Amino acid sequence: MSMPFYVAPEQAMKDKADFARKGIARGRGLAAVGFVDGIAIVAENPSNSLRKVNEIYDRIAFAGVGKFNEFDALRRLGVRYADLQGYQYSRDDVDARSLANEYAVLIGHTFTVDPKPLEVEILVAEVALNGRPDEMFHILYDGTVADETNFAALGGDAEAVTDRLKATWKTGLRLGQAVSIAVESLSGPDRSIAASELEVGILDRNSARRCFRRLSDEEVENLLQG
Amino acid sequence: MPLPVFNFAEDPGSSFSELLHRVGLNPDYSAIGQDHKVPHATTCVAVRFHGGIVMGGDRRATAGNLISHRSMEKVVQADQFSAVAIAGAAGPAMEMVKVFQLSLEHYEKVEGKLLSLEGKANLLSTMIRQNLSAAMQGLVVVPIFGGYDTRRSEGRIWNFDVTGGRYEETEYVATGSGSVHCSTVLKMGWKENLSNDEAVKLVCRSLWEAADVDSATGGPDIRRGIYPVVAEISAQGWSRVSDDRLRAAFDAINAEVGAR
Repeated sequence: MSMPFYVAPEQAMKDKADFARKGIARGRGLAAVGFVDGIAIVAENPSNSLRKVNEIYDRIAFAGVGKFNEFDALRRLGVRYADLQGYQYSRDDVDARSLANEYAVLIGHTFTVDPKPLEVEILVAEVALNGRPDEMFHILYDGTVADETNFAALGGDAEAVTDRLKATWKTGLRLGQAVSIAVESLSGPDRSIAASELEVGILDRNSARRCFRRLSDEEVENLLQG
Repeated sequence: MPLPVFNFAEDPGSSFSELLHRVGLNPDYSAIGQDHKVPHATTCVAVRFHGGIVMGGDRRATAGNLISHRSMEKVVQADQFSAVAIAGAAGPAMEMVKVFQLSLEHYEKVEGKLLSLEGKANLLSTMIRQNLSAAMQGLVVVPIFGGYDTRRSEGRIWNFDVTGGRYEETEYVATGSGSVHCSTVLKMGWKENLSNDEAVKLVCRSLWEAADVDSATGGPDIRRGIYPVVAEISAQGWSRVSDDRLRAAFDAINAEVGAR
């Protein structure tokens, strides 16, 4: 009788984590930056139709890096989850925290049970009303949830991007400043990124109901110059 | 609630009603009997004018010969460029409108683009057809739908029947118990290239005449300050006509009727 090879759990988890990290590092990163009126999410994305930054619900946005089909499937699940919650209870009962937890459960389960982990990192962001703080949940390929404040960076180069954001972020940023520091943090000192290579979505707390809005290349261009 | 994960064959795609069905939240009216007196909503109209549409509906809901609501809103914004007005059993109708609104938003978010105006009318038609068995038990829902078609740059309106039959009209539509009287007024008053102000006045007049002869249609309630809901949809999107403008329109009708 043949016996399967024994693989220590530590080794199995490490192999999966390495595999997922490698997959994520292959794609380009994104940064989310809080500003006075909300949150700006800036992704390096040359495609104009395959989106990384999207609307989930009235005050909630979703952003993903890594394998497109995997994080886009997660985005659809999030839209479904939020729309069902809002239908069943009230629009006020839909929040980023519970959605982030559900994402963590699903991604964590996939990591431990499925042969292949998800090669994604996602961000669930929510703008708050009445002066409460905004929320950003950063969820890793293994289901780990990090609660970020003021800014967040996702993707292979996230550590360096986070360091640059740490150095430049301050309270009271305007939209243009927020987008600029996000772009500078993504590009680093040695290169620049054209507006056409960027995808920018914002959550604006001053909107009547649906706070998410996509900025056109032209608007981004103007913000970066102004 | 966990994330609604489905296997490949059962995935509801971008349809919100399919999603409700999969998770068991779709309404089931099969237990209700014919003789049950649930609130009914009645008269709604829509008129095409030069550059868009005007939609209006009275505020009364009745259960048998009782007035069950005097401030119901039957004309509802579906999304930025369209509106739906309902007549029929109030509970199922309000539910249908809620699911319709959510369906449009759900589609937009999942697919990353808006449905065309015709696509929206077609979706509503499917929802009415799915309600057919409830309609046979007395829970009839017959809405009207209209909006501004941003691809064709014009206002468009649709009438429906209980089987989901969908009829696009070029001048006006009316639904509910007072619709016969409304239609007559609209037919007499409609002309090519109405201005939006003329269209609002025509809608007010038609509702007034319906309320005058049909007990299930409510007229303007001047004492409580409750006026019909009237909305305009043009290239600028949906906007509700203010009560001040409606008061002026009804005051004018009142003065004219009084002077006869």
